Amino acid sequence: MSGDTTYINTKAQEQHRFDAIVIGSGISGGWAAKELCEQGLKTLVLERGRNVVHLKDYPTATMNPWEFPHRGEMPRQFVKDNPLITEAAGFGEDTAHFFIRDKDHPYVQEKPFEWIRGYQVGGKSLIWGRACPRWSQFEFTAPERYGYGIAWPITYEEIAPWYSHAELFAGICGNRDGLEAMPDGEYLPPFDFNCVEKDLQTSLQSKYRDRFMIQGRWAQLTQPTALHLEQGRGRCQARDLCMRGCPFGGYFSSVSSTLPWALRTGNLTIRPYSVVHSIIYDDKKGKAIGVRIVDAQIRQSVDYYSRIVFVNASALNSNLILLHSTSNRFPQGFGNDNGLLGKYVCFQNYRGSVNGDIEGYEDRYYYGRRTAECMMANFRNLHKQDTDFMGGYMAFMGAWRDRGDGQHAEVQVGASYKEAMSEAGAWHVYMYMQGETVPQFNNQVSLSADQKDAWGIPLLVTSVGYVDNDERLLKDFLIQASEMLDSAGVKKINQHDNHWAPGRDIHEMGGCRMGKDPKTSLLNGWNQFHTCKNVFVTDGACMTSTANQSPSILYMALTARAARHAVEELKKGNL
Amino acid sequence: MNRREALSSVALLLGGSIIGAEAFLSGCRPAHKFGEAGLNFSPDDIAYLDEVGETILPATSSPGAKDAKIGEFMHTIVNDCYEEKDQKIFLDGMQQLDDACKKKTGKGFMDCDAQQRHDFLVDLDKESKDYQKKKSDFDRQQDEKAKGNPGYKKEEMPTHYFIMIKQLTLWGYFTSEPGATKALRYVAVPGRYEGCIPYKKGDKAWAT
Repeated sequence: MSGDTTYINTKAQEQHRFDAIVIGSGISGGWAAKELCEQGLKTLVLERGRNVVHLKDYPTATMNPWEFPHRGEMPRQFVKDNPLITEAAGFGEDTAHFFIRDKDHPYVQEKPFEWIRGYQVGGKSLIWGRACPRWSQFEFTAPERYGYGIAWPITYEEIAPWYSHAELFAGICGNRDGLEAMPDGEYLPPFDFNCVEKDLQTSLQSKYRDRFMIQGRWAQLTQPTALHLEQGRGRCQARDLCMRGCPFGGYFSSVSSTLPWALRTGNLTIRPYSVVHSIIYDDKKGKAIGVRIVDAQIRQSVDYYSRIVFVNASALNSNLILLHSTSNRFPQGFGNDNGLLGKYVCFQNYRGSVNGDIEGYEDRYYYGRRTAECMMANFRNLHKQDTDFMGGYMAFMGAWRDRGDGQHAEVQVGASYKEAMSEAGAWHVYMYMQGETVPQFNNQVSLSADQKDAWGIPLLVTSVGYVDNDERLLKDFLIQASEMLDSAGVKKINQHDNHWAPGRDIHEMGGCRMGKDPKTSLLNGWNQFHTCKNVFVTDGACMTSTANQSPSILYMALTARAARHAVEELKKGNL
Repeated sequence: MNRREALSSVALLLGGSIIGAEAFLSGCRPAHKFGEAGLNFSPDDIAYLDEVGETILPATSSPGAKDAKIGEFMHTIVNDCYEEKDQKIFLDGMQQLDDACKKKTGKGFMDCDAQQRHDFLVDLDKESKDYQKKKSDFDRQQDEKAKGNPGYKKEEMPTHYFIMIKQLTLWGYFTSEPGATKALRYVAVPGRYEGCIPYKKGDKAWAT
């Protein structure tokens, strides 16, 4: 794709009229664009940040460590000015251009909440963690079965084909392990275990019949198919520099995959620098007719019109836009008859980690830098409630070999020390948790009554915190992980609680949840508003519960499924 | 009276020149103290840090820290990334290291030969580690005192300057082009991942 191609479809732009408008260009927005454009809909994608073009806008992608003046660290003044964003996973001198600056995008924290954002075409899909396990039937039914939430309006069986659809296109590597707690998908070959991990898996398997350590299921092209090559993407080169943008297209992002694919249909217009003000609702027609934006550069309001709207602004920004989309029909925010918009915001609990050393394996090493971690599927509260907390947790884990064997030498200066520090050192093993959090009415977001951002949009107020259930789940993970590693011969085991504020996980969800009952949910089983069928929300905001598995691949599946439904309904004249 | 004048008067008193005076005089370079130029490290400061770094990680079968321009690297990081209080520790530490060297060897660091520099830094390294241990005990005690006492103002022992110099040397060297590509093995584009390959003692570690 030519880097300088302007994305503006002039004729449609003049008319400001499209078949579909997609708000946001991240993981779910990119998927909405792809599906809608493929089905022939003239689609406008609105992105509040700058444009990012695959390859052209990856300025650090091929830089060597020594080419960074601070070797990856950020200067003191930058850290002082950006205490929030500099804490984000993956943030550094090499990736800073894909993250916001704190002062540009203020929000109000009633309780500590670290809202990590990446405002550009591609959104956070450029800088995501890329883990892509499937949810199982257990997570879709647990909130209702155990009474900690409302029923999901869809089953695992309904979403499974859409998982396949998303996996085949995005390219997910992984092993087919046959686990009921983490069902198999359409996988490219997995990354190898290293030799320590291989033994760890065998050891854990022999001691815990219900606990499965598996190769990571990750959005990396270990062996691209014709479909990936057609996207212009190639094999993952094991550089492990994904978040800079990949010159090989080795990992999935909107910028490398769905957006260029959608552009090739001729049906896509991307409009960067478009801060969405609100969804425009027509009282007479009884439906949404378009979207009002503020041009981020000239700070003028512009309206765009469409037959359907997909809201994919990222979980909390979608809440913000919807809360700000008021009309005679919806004075409390879009579709918000039951007053639940912005409530039941949840996230995933990443507080616990356990690590230690393992002896031996001095004659073993690895080649290349694996871009995936190993996983352990959830083993808690599957068939029945068997702990003192609700929900489950999965873990990411692995073993790695340190560099430098000089720390214990008698003399730690000079030639022998240098030689020792240039060799491979000890092996270490780690596990960290990704825990479910349980939807709470009081974990919510709202709009500030008096504070606005630079574009005149009210600031988001977050009031989201941990509850006792999170502490109990964390405690269980720390105990179980330590026991497991101990049983496998790991020494010097450390337990760690990082006390992160919610939000640092970058897995915030909910606020506009799906459900069967319009009294207790905003969206139906097709991600449509119960009260306004031509508006769809398919990013993290739609989540009924969080589960323990990573959510992004589910957003892709939900989006593709909703988009297909939208097109069918349009054809039937129902929207 | 400066040193040169002092020496000259000694020489005059003795009725001739002092043997080795030129060498001694060159040892007076710089006439100023290390770190005196503040955050704009002087060329002498950089040359001196290069030598300190080179003593920690000398040229062997692979280049040393001087080849990695370690003095320049320290200059950049201390300026751009260090907190003010740490900048001060570092700047003061530059002269403290030289003073400690004089105390131990009778000579400034730049006047010592490679073996003297090495022996001196081996001792300083141990001293700094003992100090850091005391510091971490002290910091832990302070944490304990602060626990359940929100009004308590924690005291802090400053970091030892040599800990900083050594950390910067290791970090800067092993991420530099000579360090990463000659002392270690650097493969920009591995092309694939292999989980289990043989390793024998002495093989270089991966740089990244």
